Amino acid sequence: MESSRVWYGRELLAQAKKDDRIVALDADLSKSTMSMYVEEELPDRYFEVGIAEQNLLGISAGLALSGMKPFANTFAVFLTGRAYDQIRQVIAYPRLNVKIVGSSAGLSDYGDGATHQTIEDVSLMRTLPNMSVFVPADHIQTRAITRFLAEHEGPAYLRISRAETEAFFADDYQFRPGRVDRLLSGGDVTIVSCGNLLGNALQAAQELSNHGIVTGVLNVTTIKPFNRQDFLEALGDCKRVITYEEHNIIGGLGSTVAEVLAAEGGYRLHTLGVKDVFGQSALNYQELLEYYHLTVSDLVKAASELVQG
Amino acid sequence: MVRMEQEKMLQEKAAAIRMAIVKMIGPNQVGHFGGSLSVTDILAVLYFHKMTYDATDPSLPGRDRLILSKAHAAPAQYATLALAGFFPLQELQSLKKLGSRLQGHPDFRRLPGIEANTGSLGQGLSMGVGMALAKRLKKEAGRVYVILGDGELQEGQVWEAAMAAANYKLDRLTAIVDHNKLQATDAIAKRMQLGDLRSKWSSFGWEVIEADGHDVHELCAALDKAESNSGCPSVMIAHTTKGKGISFMENVPKYHNGMMSQDQYEQALRELQA
Repeated sequence: MESSRVWYGRELLAQAKKDDRIVALDADLSKSTMSMYVEEELPDRYFEVGIAEQNLLGISAGLALSGMKPFANTFAVFLTGRAYDQIRQVIAYPRLNVKIVGSSAGLSDYGDGATHQTIEDVSLMRTLPNMSVFVPADHIQTRAITRFLAEHEGPAYLRISRAETEAFFADDYQFRPGRVDRLLSGGDVTIVSCGNLLGNALQAAQELSNHGIVTGVLNVTTIKPFNRQDFLEALGDCKRVITYEEHNIIGGLGSTVAEVLAAEGGYRLHTLGVKDVFGQSALNYQELLEYYHLTVSDLVKAASELVQG
Repeated sequence: MVRMEQEKMLQEKAAAIRMAIVKMIGPNQVGHFGGSLSVTDILAVLYFHKMTYDATDPSLPGRDRLILSKAHAAPAQYATLALAGFFPLQELQSLKKLGSRLQGHPDFRRLPGIEANTGSLGQGLSMGVGMALAKRLKKEAGRVYVILGDGELQEGQVWEAAMAAANYKLDRLTAIVDHNKLQATDAIAKRMQLGDLRSKWSSFGWEVIEADGHDVHELCAALDKAESNSGCPSVMIAHTTKGKGISFMENVPKYHNGMMSQDQYEQALRELQA
């Protein structure tokens, strides 16, 4: 099991060593977001802004306006929510080269409760013109997207979970924005997974296949710009689709896929996610996945119903 | 003698900016007269005396950079940039028209000479901090100026940025508060008092300078003083009059974003020509 945030921090440092325009900023959470690796090794290119998220993004905009490549780090909930206006007005609208990296996203900060968990960040960011939105499934993808972002021009949001995962992708994985990863193909039903729940999706597919339901698994990393054609091709002839995400069912992957499939017609879609409620504290992450019906068995149940219905 | 000629030139530039503001908004159109007119002498001194830039090469490295954080005063900045040669004066008449480079609030992607997009109040100083940090990192010449409205100081982010600028010892950053004492709906003293501005900035670690914001001599001296400070950022609190130069607008809140009749338009032109 590996931590995406650790791999992000290491890769950000590696990229910063190669490109002196890269700077990291944080709002007193560098030891959680892992921007501390930059702080430790390249102190001149790390800016601690204190506990001040609005200023974090404003300073990032000023750096980008001066040709630097700022990576703004803090918890996803404070970045995308508390400083939404700053992101909108001085980063997305002027199309600035600021990478917004939201850590501890979804329910992964299980102990800290609703105030620290974000189930609406993807929705907020994808509605902004000019903004790209990336959600890696594991540390390999996290590293690959961080490399990509070091070269990418324009505003982007990278959503990073606090949870640790196994590797789903090979060590030499190259990120291509918009690509939909097909991990399993299946004609009865396809699970479209987003983020660190991919392991559960694969496990559910296995169980379903054991029961004679041929289940496909797709992984969507680029929520925006969403590659409609790649997605439909990856889906193949399968007409039953379940989206699976650690985000509100309103506004995230489920909504993105619904927008595409509604325009195509002929599909049946079930969106599995947090059902428009805030999170809460728990003693471990798994408890929350169970409480909000996001487990492997919830996925198996939803898929079976979709196939039978 | 040279200095007096210079001051006369700056006064004439400020008068030309005021005239251009009134003409570009025109009669029977809503526009931000009040806060545009209050900042005219400050802009004249910055663009025609203090700042280093090249209107034919707006992205020249090492230039001085100005962020108009009180972005509703965009007409004043547009007039100044046109007079400074960034784009044709004639284009001022396209203000706020569909497809225009002269948006209601400044957009650097559209208009040369604009350094940052502003309009949501309270965000300009943060960007100024980022620009000053970048100048230091890149070992680049030049200063960063940020013009703030006094009402804008009610935004908390301003004080986040003020704290950061002092913490990073950004002595090439100068904030200018256009202290006209009015906000959109009424006097600041009646809406949300600012308290002792001098001690507020000072306690955040800034060097504070006060000036008459319509006296070009005082403005030049204050900005020279700011430039000579080292180890901390400087703020100039410039005492100004909202609606400066037009009798029926001076200190009248409704001209924050108001309209002139044809008769008032002609009166305004007469008063500015006098």
